[in-house]
Amino acid sequence: MRSLSEIETAVKRASRAVGFSWGNSEEIGKSIRQLELFGLQGIKNLNQYYKDKTTKKFEDLNLINEKNEPSLEAYCPIILGISFLDQIKSVESYEIIKIKKIAYPVIFLSFLSRASEISGKKIHVIFDKNEILLNLNVNIYSNFFHQEFPNFSNEIEIKFLNNQDSFTESEWNSLYKLAENTFVEESDSLKQGAAGAGLTDND
Amino acid sequence: MKIELRDPNTIMKLSRLGSFHQSKLSFLRSFLSEFKDWDYKRDLFNLDHNGYGEAVYSFKKKDRVYSLVCFANEIDDQERSDRVIATKWDAAFTLHDGVPSRDDIERLKNEVPKQEVGRLSFKELTLSRANKSVRVFNHVVDSLSEGKQPDLELLSKVGYLYRTTAVYGSGKFGLADRFRIKNREEINGPFRLEMMLVYLVRQFTFDQVNHVAHHKNPKSAVKLDKQICKNLGIGNSTGLGMAPFIVNHPTLLNNWILTRETALKKIREIKDVKEKDRELFIDCIKKSLTNITSWNTDSEYQQKKIKSLLKNIKKFIDYIENSFDFKAEYPFNKIYLWLEKNVCEESIEYVVSIMMEPYNNITEPLVSNMSSDEDRYFNIPTNRTVNELQKIIENKYPNILDINFDQKESQQNFWFISKNKEEPRLADRFEEHGSELEQPLAIARDIKKLYEKLLSEKNNITIAQFLSSNSELRHVVRRAFIVEKFPYSEIQDNTIGKDIVPIDMLRLKLSFFGALKFDPRSDKWLRICMFQGAPLPTELKNYDDQWVYKSNN
Repeated sequence: MRSLSEIETAVKRASRAVGFSWGNSEEIGKSIRQLELFGLQGIKNLNQYYKDKTTKKFEDLNLINEKNEPSLEAYCPIILGISFLDQIKSVESYEIIKIKKIAYPVIFLSFLSRASEISGKKIHVIFDKNEILLNLNVNIYSNFFHQEFPNFSNEIEIKFLNNQDSFTESEWNSLYKLAENTFVEESDSLKQGAAGAGLTDND
Repeated sequence: MKIELRDPNTIMKLSRLGSFHQSKLSFLRSFLSEFKDWDYKRDLFNLDHNGYGEAVYSFKKKDRVYSLVCFANEIDDQERSDRVIATKWDAAFTLHDGVPSRDDIERLKNEVPKQEVGRLSFKELTLSRANKSVRVFNHVVDSLSEGKQPDLELLSKVGYLYRTTAVYGSGKFGLADRFRIKNREEINGPFRLEMMLVYLVRQFTFDQVNHVAHHKNPKSAVKLDKQICKNLGIGNSTGLGMAPFIVNHPTLLNNWILTRETALKKIREIKDVKEKDRELFIDCIKKSLTNITSWNTDSEYQQKKIKSLLKNIKKFIDYIENSFDFKAEYPFNKIYLWLEKNVCEESIEYVVSIMMEPYNNITEPLVSNMSSDEDRYFNIPTNRTVNELQKIIENKYPNILDINFDQKESQQNFWFISKNKEEPRLADRFEEHGSELEQPLAIARDIKKLYEKLLSEKNNITIAQFLSSNSELRHVVRRAFIVEKFPYSEIQDNTIGKDIVPIDMLRLKLSFFGALKFDPRSDKWLRICMFQGAPLPTELKNYDDQWVYKSNN
């Protein structure tokens, strides 16, 4: 089994070899390492993408808007991913970001996962009827575990989820009531003597 | 009194970094301190009469076991090479996580002797190989088999029976990734498992030499005297492979240097020095003279440094014995200021290291700060502005900005990775081919390039906007934001200039390992000795903390 350290180093060098700058190659190394850590096929997809890149001219998207569509070929998932990371402060203000035609979307996902951590928000992604939840770069929840990621996506929708509870107020109150059973009801003397602070604040 | 930390623009120069010496903060010493309470055991010793076969040594505490698995092999003299291009070694080693099963040992027997072309698993933590100093090893075998102890003068000249030629860890060749084990308290210090491997290998070399001598002449052979064993270490040959490490791990480098600088600052801030602390300091300085006089090297470069060191340390001893009042306030600060005025860089750093000896209370808590979770600082704050980045560079790289990279000699060299061995190398840009495949280790040049580019941009544009059309500078943009927070993360020198002495980079790292007796064999590789004078594993529970200065060699 290859270690993650080996994966990151090999990806960085290979990315430099196909023409990315050293700084971008470092980003790619980190992202593919993360995909492999999550059990997704980073190496396989990157390898295939770099092969395709020799015959196809993928488009670079340097400035991300709410709606993005390439003029001809699909977007390069790497430049798209790095741009997304770099522009995280502006893109997170969009309600939904739509991107048409992306090559090897799983590669892009690795950058989105890191973007989720940087922004501190979960990211919900829908592409070609598949749904993925990127959870602060701690994990990726998807229904792809038993199927291959496609090497092309016609459209991706990205939504930053506001941090909100997954439970109702009454469910919380019910649980909190149980937690209160570990507390002690304070008598007057306990109220006076057990806190240790706040008794002589009129100074 | 409040003492400022020393200026990174002075300390992070290569000539200063290349003058660093081991100290209480060094990894081999903090390793011994951490593992002194662990149970040491030789679990397996299955060598034939010539000393070839397998052995296993372990450290155990509660449920945690680390096992060194050793494979000693027969090789021809002409196959023995310390260079990384070698394919066979006298012995090969791996540190296994836990107790290796029979199956593990069989698997490792096939893989470990192959080193870089073998495959290890997540159950292995470090990997290494070593060659005998044949002259010394054979002499010791002959002497012991005849019932005599070996010639101490010969042993003193070399200092070890074996020298390692590489020690690998952190995920190389399938070894466990650091993240799998990073939460273990006992290894919360850099290179602790690498230090364990080398330390246990040292014991294997003593056991092997005794074993071979015994089988050569069972009736009259004696064992190598324990005191002689203690005065032997493990040699190491180190080439350029180590140099890029300190460039590629900026926050880790910062934490090593910052820890050392913090210790020095705290010692200089001590108002009254206790008599016992003063005596210990002076005792270590005096005893350390043996380390200098027994420091052998053929390198003229190092001989000059040693000569100057010896002269300066004698001058310093004369000063503290005859002209200095230790009862004055802040004596270590006064000593430091005297050193800055009167002795060479090598001597300043030598005494700085020894200043730490009496102060476990200062150094011990600092050791845990010497690791780094580098991923935490990887992301670039792209919402910041070009103006801010420009200011950071002006503040943090003032000397780098003075270098004229239009001059040929300022970019005479380039770093590359050898296709044959996948190891870093340095070559003349104008004499050799391959500079188009240069590694991103010319930080000074690229920082200056970045700065010049920033000058032509509008001040208020964001780093995200800047990077969208300047991706070739991304690696140094990242570094500049790192150095903003970590002042000692960057070498403040030109790593591709004509006058670069690459062994300065190696020495910096090796001093933090705890190496002694740097012996440069050229400007690109050197030999060192580790654990010379260190307690044997059976003595760890109660050992002299200042063993470094009490070796007889």
